[in-house]
Amino acid sequence: MEYFLQQLINGLTLGSIYGLIAIGYTMVYGIIGMINFAHGDVFMVGGFIALIAFLALVAIGVSAIPLALFLVLLIAMGLTALYGWTVERFAYRPLRHSFRLAPLISAIGMSIVLQNYVQIVQGARVKPLPPLVEGGHTLIASEDFAVQLSNVQIIVVTTTLLLLAIFSWLVARTRLGRDMRACEQDLKMASLVGINIDRTISLTFVIGASLAAVAGIMYLLYYGVVDFHIGFVAGVKAFTAAVLGGIGSLPGAVLGGLLIGLIETFWSAYFSIEYKDVAAFSVLIIVLIFLPSGILGRPEVEKV
Amino acid sequence: MPNATASTSQPLPIVAALKDATVAALIALGLFFFLIGLNTDQGPSGALEVFPRFRLLAIVVAVVFAGALARALIFGRAPIGVGGTLTPWLSQAGDRIGPYVGPALLGFALVVPVLFFHNRYVLDLGILVLTYVMLGWGLNIVVGLAGLLDLGYVAFYAVGAYSYALLATHFEWSFWICLPLAGILAAFWGVLLGFPVLRLRGDYLAIVTLAFGEIIRLVLLNWQSFTGGPNGISSIPRPSFFGLPFNDEPGGFAATFGLEFTATHRVVFLFYLILALALLTNWVTIRMRALPVGRAWEAMREDEIACRSLGINTTNTKLTAFAVGAMFGGFAGSFFATRQGFISPESFVFGESALILAIVVLGGMGSQIGVATAALVMLGGFELFREFEQYRMLLFGAAMVTIMIWRPRGLVASRTPVLYLNGRKGAAAPAAQRKS
Repeated sequence: MEYFLQQLINGLTLGSIYGLIAIGYTMVYGIIGMINFAHGDVFMVGGFIALIAFLALVAIGVSAIPLALFLVLLIAMGLTALYGWTVERFAYRPLRHSFRLAPLISAIGMSIVLQNYVQIVQGARVKPLPPLVEGGHTLIASEDFAVQLSNVQIIVVTTTLLLLAIFSWLVARTRLGRDMRACEQDLKMASLVGINIDRTISLTFVIGASLAAVAGIMYLLYYGVVDFHIGFVAGVKAFTAAVLGGIGSLPGAVLGGLLIGLIETFWSAYFSIEYKDVAAFSVLIIVLIFLPSGILGRPEVEKV
Repeated sequence: MPNATASTSQPLPIVAALKDATVAALIALGLFFFLIGLNTDQGPSGALEVFPRFRLLAIVVAVVFAGALARALIFGRAPIGVGGTLTPWLSQAGDRIGPYVGPALLGFALVVPVLFFHNRYVLDLGILVLTYVMLGWGLNIVVGLAGLLDLGYVAFYAVGAYSYALLATHFEWSFWICLPLAGILAAFWGVLLGFPVLRLRGDYLAIVTLAFGEIIRLVLLNWQSFTGGPNGISSIPRPSFFGLPFNDEPGGFAATFGLEFTATHRVVFLFYLILALALLTNWVTIRMRALPVGRAWEAMREDEIACRSLGINTTNTKLTAFAVGAMFGGFAGSFFATRQGFISPESFVFGESALILAIVVLGGMGSQIGVATAALVMLGGFELFREFEQYRMLLFGAAMVTIMIWRPRGLVASRTPVLYLNGRKGAAAPAAQRKS
């Protein structure tokens, strides 16, 4: 029982990170109907910017951890958003009226570019960072097993829920959110009623990328390492989460993320750690066969 | 260039250009400040520290500024994305020499072992290029003809390689029995993958095939007792010349034909073997393109809903495309296994799939000669720029993006549907409705 509870906590933490990335997939898919294949790598870039920004802040003498973390959050969100904007501007926007596979191939190209760019400029080695947030609470302590809830895990889960609340509000209540929902329903019609669709799509990418940056920071805090390759697997799993939750739905993305995190953690805990990625990828295939519109999604009708 | 006049109509183009360039430089500064301007490495204490690289950062930002300024002055503020036209004389020249490129390349390939008999390096490179030509042609059936974006093609390559390696090492069957078996097994896996993805649209399909490719690799990596895990399978039997082994013993190839024994015989044989396999792929593709199923592939690529409305069975069409494409991947895999003599999951990573896809995309989806040329240029380019190895994937990715923007149907050649209604060529590639 204690073991189960511990795995539940770990799974929810991991799932929160996936959920944050999944929001970026789901929002972009909702609006322009493409899988932003480079999104996982944007997450990785976010992690790297956070790492370097933190080290730079320490080097110039900002050593109070809460202040440093807050500044890192701002820097990483801002600059990763700039990456998201640039990727959309250069690799996707010119292709908006191209043939079906063009944006996807371009996205794969962009993903390769980002990965190798980071590998070239920062090296291929794993970048470790000493734990920044330490300590935690022992929830249940029996003789042979103590259930731990670390402060990092609390930060990760609360940040995810907070951001989900903020962005749900943004989509539901603001002008930008209304524009986004209009674009989601019909891009051409939205432009006819005076919505600047280029701007709206750009902002969607910006928001998705800044959430991916938060996920990058959480990953860095939780695991204490980043390398140029983390974006690939995390990206596929977050996409699985978005599909599982129902693509186009914000709460669905987080729900899907939590489920994928739990599946992966429990699979590693009870079956085999080697096959944890196989489990997550199989979920993707199974969901797409039996539940293509996800848990909270609406069935997609293809119009001619 | 019509765009050039657009900028001159504004009062002071140089001012606008400078403004654009400054904005671009500022964005570049934001993008690159942390990732290029600051390098992270282990400091004296062993912990990670930052080391400034501001000179490099300044150079990069200056290059971006100059590039944006030049672009703004030459092209004006028109959106990027030129739209797929080469200069007329170049495309005319391309049309004129086009029909001779294929036979010329084939003729060259046939004489390579004669010309370079004593140059092992060229022969090995030739075998490598031909392997990728074959893989490119195989993937071309799925991506180029049927329009199903397959990101896990390397899985079939792996199935073929492991099938041959396991059959040959366990049962000691000869290459010529294992080759068709490996192809059939790979085709079987192709159908197996095809079933779940039948209902999926292009983008989902891509991700599922990617997941499938990763699953196959992870299983190969972790199923130690069956596949040898990360150690792979070694001492895979080498091919024989239809039963005559390539050795210096009396019953060997050299002795039978009264030749002096050299190890090059086997390499030359492998070269012709992969050439024959690649040509088989090409021949089957060309023949199938003229069959109803091939026509259905191309129709499905252009518009799946229209296809279904006309009574084409899209299920069978997709499954045959996956099966045929996978089969050739399997053949190529067995060839790879017998040539290397050693295989491990290392050879079947996503990067390989991306490389094969890049060959197909850059060559022109659906174009046989384009794919072959792209494979030759890319792998030849790898060898030429060996010292820039870490930049080559970066270049690939950038090339894939650029090609999609600039010439989405491929750099080398493009292939449009075989049949047109009343010869209306312009109607062939409508601006596809992404989402209605």
